[in-house]
Amino acid sequence: MNAEGMFRRQVEVALTVNGEPVEARVDAGKHLVDFLRLDLGLTGSHAGCEHGVCGACTIRVNGEIVRGCLVLTAQLDGAEVWTVEGVSETGEMRALQDAFVQRNALQCGFCTPGMLFAAAELVERGGRPSREEIREHMSGNYCRCTGYEAIIDAIEQVTSDQEGAR
Amino acid sequence: MRLDWGNPDRPNSYIGRSVPRPNAARLVEGRGRYVDDIVLPRMLHVAFVRSPHAHARILRIATDEAQSAKGVRRVFTGADLCDVCSPWVAVLAHLKGIKSAPQHPIAVERATWTGEPVAAVVAETRAAAEDGAALVDVDYEVLPAVVDMETALDPATPLIHPDLGDNLTFQRLHEKGDVDAIFSAASHVVEATFRTGRHTGVCLEPRSILAEWNPGERQLTVYHSTQAPHMMQSVLAKHLDLPESRVRVICGDVGGSYGIKVHVYPDEVATAAIARVMGRPIKFIADRTESFATDIHARDHRITGRIAVDENGKILAIDIDDLTGIGPYSVYPRTSAIEGNQVVNLCGGPYDFQTYRAQTTVVLQNKTPTCQYRAVGHPIACAVTEGLVDMAAEKVGLDPVEMRRRNLIADDAYPYTSAAGMKFEALSHHRSLEKLVALMDYKGLRAEQAQLRERGVYRGIGIASFIELTNPSPFMYGIGGARISAQDGCTVRMDPDGSVVALSGVTEQGQGTEAILAQIVAEAVGVEVGEVRIITGDTQTTPYGGGTWASRGAGIGGEAALQAGLALRANILEVAGAMLQAKADTLDIRAGRIVDSNGGIERMDLAELGRIVYFRGDTLPRELSREMVATRHYITSEYAFAFTNGVQASWLEVDVETGFVKLLKHWCVEDCGRIINPMLVDEQIRGGIVQGIGGALYEECLYDGDGQLLNANMADYLVPMAAEMPDMVVGHVETPTAESALGAKGAGEAGTAGAPGAVMNGINDALRPLGARLTEMPFTPERVLRALGKLTK
Repeated sequence: MNAEGMFRRQVEVALTVNGEPVEARVDAGKHLVDFLRLDLGLTGSHAGCEHGVCGACTIRVNGEIVRGCLVLTAQLDGAEVWTVEGVSETGEMRALQDAFVQRNALQCGFCTPGMLFAAAELVERGGRPSREEIREHMSGNYCRCTGYEAIIDAIEQVTSDQEGAR
Repeated sequence: MRLDWGNPDRPNSYIGRSVPRPNAARLVEGRGRYVDDIVLPRMLHVAFVRSPHAHARILRIATDEAQSAKGVRRVFTGADLCDVCSPWVAVLAHLKGIKSAPQHPIAVERATWTGEPVAAVVAETRAAAEDGAALVDVDYEVLPAVVDMETALDPATPLIHPDLGDNLTFQRLHEKGDVDAIFSAASHVVEATFRTGRHTGVCLEPRSILAEWNPGERQLTVYHSTQAPHMMQSVLAKHLDLPESRVRVICGDVGGSYGIKVHVYPDEVATAAIARVMGRPIKFIADRTESFATDIHARDHRITGRIAVDENGKILAIDIDDLTGIGPYSVYPRTSAIEGNQVVNLCGGPYDFQTYRAQTTVVLQNKTPTCQYRAVGHPIACAVTEGLVDMAAEKVGLDPVEMRRRNLIADDAYPYTSAAGMKFEALSHHRSLEKLVALMDYKGLRAEQAQLRERGVYRGIGIASFIELTNPSPFMYGIGGARISAQDGCTVRMDPDGSVVALSGVTEQGQGTEAILAQIVAEAVGVEVGEVRIITGDTQTTPYGGGTWASRGAGIGGEAALQAGLALRANILEVAGAMLQAKADTLDIRAGRIVDSNGGIERMDLAELGRIVYFRGDTLPRELSREMVATRHYITSEYAFAFTNGVQASWLEVDVETGFVKLLKHWCVEDCGRIINPMLVDEQIRGGIVQGIGGALYEECLYDGDGQLLNANMADYLVPMAAEMPDMVVGHVETPTAESALGAKGAGEAGTAGAPGAVMNGINDALRPLGARLTEMPFTPERVLRALGKLTK
């Protein structure tokens, strides 16, 4: 059945991605992670499960972390989107990224951009969360390589350095 | 030249240090390049129509509607590919009697598991390909499915491949000594039946391939998420009828593999065949449902085991009967009989006894094919052995640690040949056990356990000793006729600026191969580690090799890199000697500079040497060899495999009201020989432990009676998550193999080998006062409550 008229197949959106204005005409059903990867070439966000479970596509929209596979691009007119490429340029996650490298908190790297966004949310809250709290906070992101301990260590290092610096 | 391993202050001492991985810095910035990140001009996407039935005859495939759908370029059925791609049969000559049926890239006449490809739709986008696939109309005649491996060989069970005569793929019986006599005379005999749940690897990056046929060059280039580029080159060449030299496999970043990506998958071969037919780049990226239904599964075993011990707890004999269901085809080219074969090879492996019988029976069924997944057979053999050893200890009245002290092969007994016929060069079970006991404060934990029991808190300690097979020789696959290299090579060259490039046949999937190769080459040549760039994963440029499986990267690829680096160093010193009018053996290379061996006075840096060699060769003696490149290959020859060993312990608590198991802490002491990068070894152990815990507590591919996979998504198939995992303490004993100068054995699978057995023994230790015992993995809350008699329906 042709649904033309009931809803539009394509939708125009204007948003900012990593601080740059983007205007696009997108399929109404296109997920944000596909838009970023296929239309903008921002391949740092990864599609792991496409139903919001694994966290590999975690990115930041309007200051909140979201699953890129559960957000429709058509919903994002006027939105501000940040991906791992953008925050790497601004340097705002530098401490976390350095800690991940130093502690080998990544192996294959596929989950890592999503992990970083989830971890950054915790770091931004401030304070010195316990290992248990860090584990709980990170429990929406799959990692099949590390066994998680190195990731927890890296985040703990950054939260404790941050508190120490205050 | 010999490296002075004992001296941590030796020059260029990168081997043994925790150097961060050079590729990690770009991965944290999202600058990885996985197959799905690659876009080629005129690239098309393929999506597969997959059988919704476990077993069905394909009567008719109507493709017209799909063919005319928007964006669809072409639809292929199995018959369409028969002329361009030959079927394969996964057998190996050294696995006596193994049989399997010819398998096509797309099912031709029958579909034999839910998920088998039955048609392929090629379109401009993945979305259009999927929409097109939904329009392919397949008429099936549903056939009875073989689901239960226990009845697969019954006369009444239908045959999956009538031409084979039965549903038996492989059977092996190993017998040493008079097993029945020992069992009938032994003071104590205990017996149990164990089940390990069918599970899978769940790589976060799904299987991915992008194939491009260039008619002008008559070359197929394949960008592939794989562990074995050269093996894939050989397979694709053979079945697409191309010369091997005209197939190039490029393997960039791989988003997890764990053995899942070392096999030949029909949809991936179909993608390459379609690229060959269409002359355009074709990309296939499995989605998550496809991954669950078509990535290899593993560990679907039922094992009945018994152990005979004397009155002092000394093990006298072990008797194992293993049954495993592998799906409808043995998986190409490594076969699906290796896992059962390993159960036979490895049961009882850590222990000193010589009377042993083990049989494995490998049967077909209409489920997803199974094959080698991280630690192949080890977690099964370890859990069965360690479960039996704990039961025997209880029967004799021995503490589990004391039971192991009495039975582990003595540290001075090597070389030693196990009852299964495995040859061990040098292991350290006792030193490892004593180190573990000290690390975990075993006595203290026992005291804590006893105190808590009085308060109704049920905590347990589970111990599991293990062996791990690494550094395989051609005895693993090559002798069976598979073109899978056990040898590996490395080319090391110095460029004009004094930097070093190393090309290796082993591959990187995140475990840190490139980091350890850089460390080895830096030390061997004498440059700073940052001056070494590593290239892997390209069959057209790297030396021929096996890739990464059976924990061979460090031990095999590392030794080749060491020898190539040392050879380049000798070449450089010869040239330096001519330039400096000194004998080469009075010079050394340290941190990128030629120095006097005695005193370390700097004579020239490598960039200056490079400038002269590459641009002013006219100033050097005419007869002087100035090869700034060296290649070396390495293969093991004295031992078929370099076995490693270790022991794990799990400290956990069972909630006897809810059945939940809470992991409190985990320890592992292992001996992988020379450690090149302690941090990376520890992380391999930790990651491996957690994958083993997944199989013990959460992961299982659940099927209904019709062969439908019930939990083919990440919400229903549980894997370990951060909140449930314990912190893990890792310790080491180092017993280098004397076969290589490097002395490294593998470390990638030890964690997975031992963890399920340790967790199982921990649960049973916790529940011992309540008289409950669990031997069926995964140990879900439901199974725990059933064992406690709290769930009876």
